[in-house]
Parts: sequence; structure tokens; C-alpha cells
Amino acid sequence: MTFASLVERLYAVTEAWGLPWIVPTLVVMTIVAAVILGYIAVAAMFLIWWERKISAHIQVRFGPMRVGGWHGWAQSIADGIKLLLKEDVIPAGADKVVFVLAPMVVFAAALAAYVTIPWAPGLIVRDLNIGILYMVAISSLVVVGIIMAGWSSNNKYSVLGAMRSAAQAVSYEVPLVLSLLGPVMIAGTMSMGKLVEAQGGRWFGFLPKWFVFPQIVAFLVYFTCALAECNRLPFDIPEAESELVAGFHVEYSGMRFAIFFLAEYANMFVVAAIATTMFLGGWHGPWFPLPGLPREVAQGLFGLFWFLVKCYVLIFVMMWLRWTLARLRVDQLMDFAWKVLLPIAFANLIVTGLVLVLGKQALLYVLGIAIVLLVAIALAARAVGRPVRVGKA
Amino acid sequence: MTLKLGIFYFLAAFTVWAAAVVVLGKNIVRAAVALIFSFCGMAALYVLLDAEFLAAVQVLIYVGGITILLLFAIMLTSRIGAKAARVINDQAFLSGIAAVGLLAGLIYASTFGIGAMAGPPRLPETAPFLGRALLTTYALPFEVVSVLLLAALVGAIILARKE
Repeated sequence: MTFASLVERLYAVTEAWGLPWIVPTLVVMTIVAAVILGYIAVAAMFLIWWERKISAHIQVRFGPMRVGGWHGWAQSIADGIKLLLKEDVIPAGADKVVFVLAPMVVFAAALAAYVTIPWAPGLIVRDLNIGILYMVAISSLVVVGIIMAGWSSNNKYSVLGAMRSAAQAVSYEVPLVLSLLGPVMIAGTMSMGKLVEAQGGRWFGFLPKWFVFPQIVAFLVYFTCALAECNRLPFDIPEAESELVAGFHVEYSGMRFAIFFLAEYANMFVVAAIATTMFLGGWHGPWFPLPGLPREVAQGLFGLFWFLVKCYVLIFVMMWLRWTLARLRVDQLMDFAWKVLLPIAFANLIVTGLVLVLGKQALLYVLGIAIVLLVAIALAARAVGRPVRVGKA
Repeated sequence: MTLKLGIFYFLAAFTVWAAAVVVLGKNIVRAAVALIFSFCGMAALYVLLDAEFLAAVQVLIYVGGITILLLFAIMLTSRIGAKAARVINDQAFLSGIAAVGLLAGLIYASTFGIGAMAGPPRLPETAPFLGRALLTTYALPFEVVSVLLLAALVGAIILARKE
């Protein structure tokens, strides 16, 4: 029995009772929202623990080791309870209404983006026909919340953080949207479900038809901009600890701070989910019928598994970059967005359009793979040319 | 149908309330924040009218772009947030006439109907239709708007660079 048939049965039952259609709709919406909220909470706690472990191992430390026993797995839960119990402080000079509203806006925007994430075949809250546009639009609301938080705190550091965040978000949103247009042009649709379906099958018998191959440039541009949208290093000037203490959320404490934190990690997952859907083939991956389960269920379970694996690999890369790279300066950041990423995104769009008009989609794959090979050779050549350090550094 | 009407009235009231805060608020940053809510209400109304592409673009451009730039400009202007903004402008009389005229026109249009208010064509998906229309029938106006925006962009840069 699939999810859709359960919903249909609920509709049939409520109709038999003579209730209007809004009742089952509301029930389904509430259940779905609760499930997603639960997923976000658990995933965010896992991601926070994971990030602490990754950062620790990159810096040759252990990270959390004690709480809960095995590698400190309960550290996030303990931190969450601590934040819940803390006093709720609102600064005297703050604009109270905006101050209270800001974390809600940030979290609502992060939560709303989960509506069009295609988890598995048929498992999507609502497959809007403007799916990807909706996701990009709703994610842009996060910045509004950040500015509200920064301004209402009535603190120099937070205002500076909010302003940097606004400048960064507005700049990086342009190449971000442009880079997402490439896959949309190839698939001819903006619906997340259909975008994933368009990536089924194989090229030349072995290469999966994922858009990352013909759109490798777009993928790299998207991933860079996504890091900036999430305010993660090397683009974390809005909350640069060494300059701004904590940026826009300096004045937030307790549960309100926890909501910001939760939204940040929820957003990371959204960004990874968009990349997975648009470039990495979504739920596509090898699968086989499981004994004792219907075909669709087995396919759905494998789909969910592959989708989550791809998302978490991307999130791992984001964390890895955070603990490897240094922070960019504000002017470097702006230069990079407008003078490097934007022209590249435009060039990619023009080449993609040209190839699609010529009707030779395979050419894009050849081009993409050629670019990957060239970059790999260039990197290898650099590595060979560099003196090799042996033993202790 | 009555449910849809109820949702419409709720959204309309929300949008008008937010817009009223924008116009009547003394604090300019609060007014800008209320503008965001007003735009979001408009987007919801578009969704109610089956124009979901327009709704998404409304949020993307107006909320994600324009309002953020607006807030950015407010914060760059030193201490403008601390001052109370004047609610009534010098041209209150003129704008009052314009508002009353607009209200009269709207009342006339909604009671008697005008030519442009013919029912919208029912489309299963608006996005492909809009795209096709913009690149075929309305290609020239579309390009003219692009050139206009480019001119505004260049003009803004020249204004900003005068040193």
C-alpha cells in the first residue's frame, strides 16, 4: 500500500461521513507537516553532531566523545535541552515585534522549501509544476528573516552581519538561478518530479543520464552559490565570528537561537536536495526487488535511500569545505559573484541553448566530460609539478 | 466555492492590513518589513487565481530582490531607522484625488464590468504559455523592457561612480 492510496482511502472515508473535502486535506497537511518537522529536527541534530565530528577529525581532534556513550552521539540532544531551558532574553533596545518574528520567518522559509523535495518515486508533498522556481523563491525569504533579526537586535555587529548577508544573497542569487536554468532547459520542465524522471536511463550504455555530466559547469556554479546562500565558509561573512562575534544572531539566545541554528541546517539539506534533484539524478540508482515487498515499495525504499545518500554526500562536501577553506573578504566575494560566476553561468546558458536548438544533446555530455577530464589533468599536472613533502611537515 | 471565498477574504484582509502598516507606520524599517508581508499576501492571492508562476516570481523578485535592496538602502542611510518618518506628505491633496478616482474606477469595474475584465482563459499550466507568449507575440515589448532595465542599470552605475 502506497502513501497515495492511504490518502485516497482517508478521502473516501471522510466523504462517506459527509464531511467537506477541507477536513481530510487539513488532516493530511498536518500529518505531512509534522513528519517533515520531525525529520528536520532529527536531521539537524544529526548534522550538528556530524559537523562537530568532521571538524574535529579535520583538525586532528576527537570532538564530542562522552554524552550518550558511542562517540558522543547524544551531544546534540543535550545541547538542545540546554537551549530549551535557557532564559528567553530580549534586549531592552530591541524592536520586540520584529525581534520575535525574525526566527519564525527564517524557519518558515526553510520549512516551506521541503514541500517540493522529491524524496522517492511518488513521495513528494506536492509536485508543483513550478517546483524549482518555488524552491528558489521561498529560500530567498531566509534573507528577509536575517535582515529582520539583524536590525531589530539594535546591535552594531548584528546590523553589519545582516547587511553583509543581504548584499551576498542578492548577488549570489543571480548566478544561482541562471545555473539552475540549464537542467530546466534540457528537461523542458520545472517540476521537481519530472526533472528527476528526465534523468533516468543511461548514455552510451554505462553513463547515468544525470544532468551533472552535460551541466558540470552549472553544477559547480550552483554549488558555489548555494554555499553562499547558506552563509557557510568560505562565504560566511554575515556571521564571521572573528569580526562580528556571531553576526545577525548575536543578541539571540535560548530557543530563538536554536531555531536559527535549526533553520541553518534545514537549509543546508534543502540546498543539497536541490543539487541532488537537478544534477545528481535524484532518487535514481541501482535497485532490486526486495523479498516480501511489492515492486513499487522496494523501488521507493531504494529511491529514498539513494536520494538521502546523495544529499548527505553533498552536505559532507559542504562541511569539508567549511573546515578547509579560509573566509573571503567582502570585496573578493562581490568580485567573484559578478565577475566570475555570472559570466560563467551566462556562457553555460548560451552553450546549452545553442546545443539544444541544434538538437544534439549528446554533444553536451561530450563537452561536460571533456571539461571534467581537462580539469582533472590540469590538477594532476599541478600536483606532479609540486615538490612532494615526505614525512612530517 | 464558499471556502475559496473565505480564504480570499482572509488573504485580502491580511494584504490590506500589511499595506496599511507600510503606509501608516512611523518606523521606516517596520514599514519595509510589512511590505514583505504585503507582497507575500499578493503572491498567495495569485496562487488563488491559478497564476502560480506569477506568485513564485512575485516572491522571488519583490521579496527576495527588491525589498532586500530596500532594506539594504535603509540601513546604509545613517540613522534613518531611528527617526520617525512623516506619514502625511506635502501632496496629500493630489494623492487623495488619485486614490478616490482609483476607488471609483474599481467600484465601477466590479459592478458593471469593463472590456479588459473578460474571464481569463483556463490553462492547465501557465508557465509554458507565458514563456511562449513572451518569446513570440510579445517579443518586442519584452526586449524593450530589457533595454529599459539595462539603461537604468547603466544610469545607476554612472550616478554611483561620480567621484
